[in-house]
Amino acid sequence: MIARLSPNAKTASLAALLALAMVGLGFAAVPLYDLFCRVTGFGGTTQRFDPVAAAATPQVLAQTISVRFDANVSPKLPWKFYPEHPTDTVSIGARDMAIFIAENQSGQPVSGTASFNVTPDAAGKYFTKIQCFCFTEQRLEPGQQVRMPVLFFVDPKIMDDPDARDIQEITLSYTFHPVDGAKKAS
Amino acid sequence: MTDIAATAPAHGHDHAHDHDHDHDTPGFFVRWFMSTNHKDIGTLYLIFAIIAGIVGGVISGMMRLELAHPGIQYLTGWAQFFDASAGEVQGKHFWNVMITAHGLIMVFFMVMPAMIGGFGNWFVPLMIGAPDMAFPRMNNVSFWLTAVAFVMLVGSMFVPGGSGLGAGTGWTVYAPLSTSGSAGPAVDMAIFSLHLAGAASILGAINFITTIFNMRAPGMTLHKMPLFVWSVLVTAFLLLLALPVLAAAITMLLTDRNFGTTFYDATGGGDPVLYQHLFWFFGHPEVYIMILPGFGIVSQIISTFSRKPVFGYLGMAYAMVAIGVVGFIVWAHHMFTVGMSVNLKMYFTAATMVIAVPTGIKIFSWIATMWGGSMSFKTPMVWALGFIFMFTVGGVTGVVLANGGVDTNLHDTYYVVAHFHYVLSLGAVFSLFAGFYYWFPKMSGRMYNEALGQLHFWIFFIGVNVLFFPQHFLGQQGMPRRYPDYAEAYAYWHLISSYGYVIMAVGVLIFFVNILWSLVAGKKAADNPWGEGATTLEWTLSSPPPFHQFNELPRIA
Repeated sequence: MIARLSPNAKTASLAALLALAMVGLGFAAVPLYDLFCRVTGFGGTTQRFDPVAAAATPQVLAQTISVRFDANVSPKLPWKFYPEHPTDTVSIGARDMAIFIAENQSGQPVSGTASFNVTPDAAGKYFTKIQCFCFTEQRLEPGQQVRMPVLFFVDPKIMDDPDARDIQEITLSYTFHPVDGAKKAS
Repeated sequence: MTDIAATAPAHGHDHAHDHDHDHDTPGFFVRWFMSTNHKDIGTLYLIFAIIAGIVGGVISGMMRLELAHPGIQYLTGWAQFFDASAGEVQGKHFWNVMITAHGLIMVFFMVMPAMIGGFGNWFVPLMIGAPDMAFPRMNNVSFWLTAVAFVMLVGSMFVPGGSGLGAGTGWTVYAPLSTSGSAGPAVDMAIFSLHLAGAASILGAINFITTIFNMRAPGMTLHKMPLFVWSVLVTAFLLLLALPVLAAAITMLLTDRNFGTTFYDATGGGDPVLYQHLFWFFGHPEVYIMILPGFGIVSQIISTFSRKPVFGYLGMAYAMVAIGVVGFIVWAHHMFTVGMSVNLKMYFTAATMVIAVPTGIKIFSWIATMWGGSMSFKTPMVWALGFIFMFTVGGVTGVVLANGGVDTNLHDTYYVVAHFHYVLSLGAVFSLFAGFYYWFPKMSGRMYNEALGQLHFWIFFIGVNVLFFPQHFLGQQGMPRRYPDYAEAYAYWHLISSYGYVIMAVGVLIFFVNILWSLVAGKKAADNPWGEGATTLEWTLSSPPPFHQFNELPRIA
């Protein structure tokens, strides 16, 4: 179609297509950035254990690392939320379970979902969760208290990363936000 | 650059031919409000840019007044001018509104319209031997969209924007301040204003690309085009690639604000840092959009007043292309402090420093152009020389800031403010004044006043240096940018900086006196007032050029 246009219209159409493509790229940045963070652990994005891709159970090393648990609640959510133990020391490569406790202090059933990351950022790539309450939406009845487990391990490959192998302590942080109809995850 | 003046058609003939057609010059309203003539639209853009520059400049004067002494002196009173019930919170919000308006106005409504809309529209068709732009009506749409966008932005200052009237987000409009942090329609209006200005610039860019690719006179190959045309071509591509990304980013801000999406909101799985990436993917090329046409203008002027072709013409042209290309892969040096890995910082540091290479090629080629030339220091030339000096100072502090480690300390301090005002307020603005004096005789048909032009230069030069150089010291001592108040320790250099503003403002007044005097009583300008050094096609036409030029295309050997 473009071939039949006058030279000016042809150049202008190509230029306009280029601009449109860049608009598309701007919006495509949203899923691409999300993917980039998941793959690289950028900004402390944790990894999710994939039983199919994982070849074998990771080797457990002699070194230990301290993991600190941090729990926050959005001011808009009437919940109490805290870790059962604030810290834990785990062997690198070993599976560990941490328990977080959430309690709905309001008179209505409320759903919440947790956002999460770890610091230092460089540890995100090696902090692997096998099971987590943050993967799904949580619904608490009025006054209900739940104990929610997180099953995780620190990937032994952290010892091969010059930027991350000196890390002594990883902080795993959660923030619970209310889920309402309008604010669906993008 | 080939000497094309010698081979341009005998212009005596051209004149007679064009004057025959002058009877179809439209009436005042049709000519200026429904204009499709590239020169008239260029003039409209220049007038628009001057008005916007006055608004933006007055706002910066108010900021320098407030910053002259520690403490809050005027803000609450100014806020009460718009809203009688305003208190200190609204006063401080008004500060944020001023920094936002100053930045957006100077970037989108002063520098860009003047460089691209003004000089680009006026001289790109003349320099390539084209009768007009490729799409004259679209050109008109671009201008009026820009004008409406400006009205929208100024209008946003009078509607609620969170803790006071107006959008107080900074020109970067970072989320979450611009989303959950600014209730009220002001930020929506500012975002719409950016949409309109962006759409106008994209249309303009398409117009320039089409004009430059398809409408060059016979013999005007790409490698014979004047460097100003090259600079506008590269700029048009940068606009085409960068502005749509901004449009996407701020559209997502709008939906986050109004329709409950969470692109930049962690509660729904978004990330505010994504906005910063998108913004700076646009924002870094944007700074080259503002300075590249200035490079082009300065190249023409240095060559004209050294009576020599530009040294290393091809190197100069492709240096601009290289700056444009590399400009797209360095954006995260604006956000070294968001938490990046060491490797990422190293990459962005190194890539940023690479830009110093083509920029250095340009600086040294300008100097080499002057070397051994028969130089005359007319007003446009001293402005161009002032540009080279100022831009080099800003470039050096840019290399300092490019270091991820150093930037951790200097991020968001006055050192950054000093840096970007040296490259923009002094670099881009000096090239604008240089271009204005250089082409004023061609555009108006009258000579400017040389003595006033020189006086304008020296007072402005001293003023801006007194204004901005101390800001390096403030930044190194830790003065944060975007603050209306500061500790006593910063008072000394802040006061000197404010004095510098006054000196600069006197210089600008001389500029306006010069324009008015020259338009009324200036000497009639010859077709080519600059002599044999001015070899580009616009100097083969009368001053001012006929309403329609090049009805017979010039041939370039």
